[in-house]
Amino acid sequence: MLRYVIRRILYAVPILIGVLLLTFFLFFGTQSPETIARRNLSSRNPKPEQIKQWLDDHGYNKPIGEQLKRSTVDMLAFNFGKSDASQEDIWSRVKQGAGPSGIIGALIFISSVSTALFFAISVAYFRGTYIDSYATAICVLLMSINAVVYVIALQFFMAKLLRYGPVWGYDPDSLGRFVLIPVVVGVMQGLGSEVRLYRTFLLDEINQDYVRTARAKGVPEAMVLLKHVLKNSMIPLITSNVSAIPRLILGGILIESFFGIPGLGTYLVDAITSQDFAIIRAMVFLGTLLYIVGNIMTDVCYALVDPRIRLE
Amino acid sequence: MGKLLASDPVLNIVPLIVVGLLLYALISAGKQPLWAEAYRRLRRNVVALIAIGIIGLYGLVAVLDSLGNTDKKLQTFVTILDRIAGREQERTYSEPMASMTTGEPKPQKLKEPGTHLLGTDGTGQDVFYRTLKGARTAFIIGGLTSLIATPLALLFGLAAGYYGKGIDDAIQYVYTVLASIPSILLQIALVLVLGKEIQYICIALGITSWVGLCRLTRGETLKHRDREYVRAAKALGVSDFRLLTRHILPNLLPIVIISVTLGFSGLILSEAILSYLGIGVDASMGSWGNMIDAARDELARDPVIWWNITSASVALFILVLAFNLLGDALRDAVDPRLRS
Repeated sequence: MLRYVIRRILYAVPILIGVLLLTFFLFFGTQSPETIARRNLSSRNPKPEQIKQWLDDHGYNKPIGEQLKRSTVDMLAFNFGKSDASQEDIWSRVKQGAGPSGIIGALIFISSVSTALFFAISVAYFRGTYIDSYATAICVLLMSINAVVYVIALQFFMAKLLRYGPVWGYDPDSLGRFVLIPVVVGVMQGLGSEVRLYRTFLLDEINQDYVRTARAKGVPEAMVLLKHVLKNSMIPLITSNVSAIPRLILGGILIESFFGIPGLGTYLVDAITSQDFAIIRAMVFLGTLLYIVGNIMTDVCYALVDPRIRLE
Repeated sequence: MGKLLASDPVLNIVPLIVVGLLLYALISAGKQPLWAEAYRRLRRNVVALIAIGIIGLYGLVAVLDSLGNTDKKLQTFVTILDRIAGREQERTYSEPMASMTTGEPKPQKLKEPGTHLLGTDGTGQDVFYRTLKGARTAFIIGGLTSLIATPLALLFGLAAGYYGKGIDDAIQYVYTVLASIPSILLQIALVLVLGKEIQYICIALGITSWVGLCRLTRGETLKHRDREYVRAAKALGVSDFRLLTRHILPNLLPIVIISVTLGFSGLILSEAILSYLGIGVDASMGSWGNMIDAARDELARDPVIWWNITSASVALFILVLAFNLLGDALRDAVDPRLRS
């Protein structure tokens, strides 16, 4: 098993190098440092000395080899340098923001998987009936609503009209009050597509021989679903959940910035507004790292669940 | 006519191409023996017909907003839609069908009272007119991106699947690297680096969206590569290019069409997300994303400005729903076994 894990990690190395080279080209190859400096200097017509000073401060005037090191080796060492717009150290802000983002992300993840699984099992129980076709139709309706509309509309109804929680803000001491609406929004954003997906996973298993055997020996239908089918649907379920990580990142960006949660999503949106390339470079790297780690974890879970799977 | 929303004449060709391609696909599908069966199943599906009708209606609005001429008096490009639906610009917000403005300490009489079907927005633009203008933006975003991403995905997918070995490894490496970056982050980075013009937004969306179809194409090509009909063609001395375009590609077209149809709705949804993040289409173009984004402030006002976000969300919702339903119906029609 350990050998498998190590090999799987080694496979990820060239991918990570590719991503780092791509981001290097994207941020350093397409525009001159002077353009970045001009954008970040407050005066409209900065003097050449001012630009040079800014370039010195932010380390943009080094030779290309040094820049390459900055966007590869330093990134891998989590040495992100400081923000373009201010003098702040990016890594310390990332550490601050990771807490709230992690809490919100984990809550949304757990609630959405359990909610979607609950509905999917119920729909699978009524498969082939009107309930099934209505539920599938509702899923398509939910999928067609924009993520931004979910955020804006649910905040308006739940926070402003029904007053279930505050419109804005975050306080770790009274977490429940502040995270309720953001979590509901996060769950709703993915509910339609998840229920539909999980339903197909369950239905794929329902026609297998072992299910017929279970029914034949008299296991009640609910038990067949919950015990036999659910267990065997785990493999596709695990994969689809890792691919949910990017969606969680997106959800995080929209929800955090809209509800004023001081996490990484808000940090990124602020960086977009101020066109702070140093922060965006760091966030692209962190998001990618998260995704690659997630992929490795899926493959390891895969191998744990199903002993037949081994990397060749 | 009041102040018009910008419509760049060069980009106008995109909605025309997209609607033209859709029409061509519909007409030619019935004549192809390969497609006749699927076409018949599709024609019997009421939901699919309604979806096609809705998409056709939106497409018509987009086309009307892409044809026009330079008006001598206004010195700008004026489309047919501008002439039909363009309205007098009011001072500020007004409710649907209202005769006075809203949200001012002293409400003023409107220039065209009682005729703004869906009210006006903060700059006094007619919301119904803006909503109609959004159709063109949606078709440009979805269409231009698909026109960029689909050929790219097919070219690389076919090459990787057919030639295998080193070419396959190289192409797989490129798309695995791209797919490892969460697409929203890559889109943000690309738009910030390239610029916020609509064509760059389409390029950014295209770069992040071709990977899925490329993977699919590669897998299918691998399946077809060793089939008898390919071997027979090869034995007869058919060139690689002809074999790929004339023999393998037609067999992949159903999955390509389904994937592009379903992808179209995802792209239109992305536009609103990018607008929300402040890297979307320019406000002068009129897009549903911008209208939804404006609601962040409008829903906090008193009285609440609800008509702007409602119009845009409903317009967006119906078009996306139509594409989703059509995609599902196409999948059922092409391969009924996939129906669960």
